[in-house]
Amino acid sequence: MTKAPSITSYTALRNNKIVSDGLVVCKKSEVSASDFLLHAYEALELNYPKFYKMDHLSKAGFLAAEVLLREKGWSEKYRPEEIGIVFSCANSSLDTDLRYAETVADIPSPALFVYTLPNILIGEITIRNRVKGESACFVFDTFDASFQTGYINTLFGSGRVKACISGWADFYEDKAEAFFYLAELIDNKTNPIHDSNNTSKIYSELWKN
Amino acid sequence: MEELIATLKKQIVEQLNLQHIKPEDIGDDQPLFVEGLGLDSIDALELIVLLQQHYGIKLANPSDGPAIFHSVRTFAEYILAHRTK
Repeated sequence: MTKAPSITSYTALRNNKIVSDGLVVCKKSEVSASDFLLHAYEALELNYPKFYKMDHLSKAGFLAAEVLLREKGWSEKYRPEEIGIVFSCANSSLDTDLRYAETVADIPSPALFVYTLPNILIGEITIRNRVKGESACFVFDTFDASFQTGYINTLFGSGRVKACISGWADFYEDKAEAFFYLAELIDNKTNPIHDSNNTSKIYSELWKN
Repeated sequence: MEELIATLKKQIVEQLNLQHIKPEDIGDDQPLFVEGLGLDSIDALELIVLLQQHYGIKLANPSDGPAIFHSVRTFAEYILAHRTK
C-alpha cells in the first residue's frame, strides 16, 4: 500500500476546555483563559517548570501539544529530523508585545522580550519533544486549512518530514485557542487523509463547541 | 542580612516566575544556576533588572554576574555593599 499523509490524532484547547480525539481531557468554567492554562497544567500533572515562564500563546500551544503527543509513542517511530512543526496564528505575539511595551517605560523585561515573536512556541514544543525537522509559523486572520495542508503535504512530498505537528494557536485579550493535529506519512487504512477538506471538517467540528 | 536574604528569595520567585518554588525552599547557599535552582541565561538578565529596579545597582561589568549571583547569600552580600536605595 502506498503511504499517504494522514491525520492520526488531534487536540483542541478552546473555551476553557481541552478535547483530544473526541474526549474532554480538561475543563474548568468561570475562570479567565490565562487562569485556565495554569489550571490545565496542574490538572494534566505535567512536570515542566519552564511552563510558568512562558507567555500565554506558548502556554496554550504547549498544552495542546502535550496532550496531542503524550502516550503516542510517535517519537520512537521517527528520528527528530523527520518530524516537522507548522502552525499559524492570528494575533501573533501581540498579547506579549503589549505587556513588554509597558515594561519599556521602566526597565525592559528580558523574560518578556524573548516571547515577542510567535514562533517561540515552536521552540518550546521542539525543545520539550526533541523535534528537529522543518518548522514554520504563519499569520492568518483565521485557520486556513487549504494553505496549511498544502504546505505540509509539500514537505511530505519532498521527503523532508515523515510526521508533522500541525495546527493553529492564538492568544489575545484573554481568549486562548489551540488546535493541533498530528499528520503522519503512513499506510493508511482508517485515518482521514491529510487534505483541506478533512482538516477543515475536524477543525469546524471542534470549533462548534 | 537575614531579612535581606528572605526578601531576596521572595523577589527572585516573583521576578523569575518560579511559581513551582516557595521562597523558603531556596537555600541561602544553594547555587542559583545549573545544578542548583536551575536558572538560565534569561533569568540572569532578569536578576540584573531586579538589582537595578529594587536596589538601584547598575551592574557595570556583566562578567561579575556569576560570582554575584552564585547564591542568595552572595547576592545579598553584593547588595549590602553596593545598594543606592
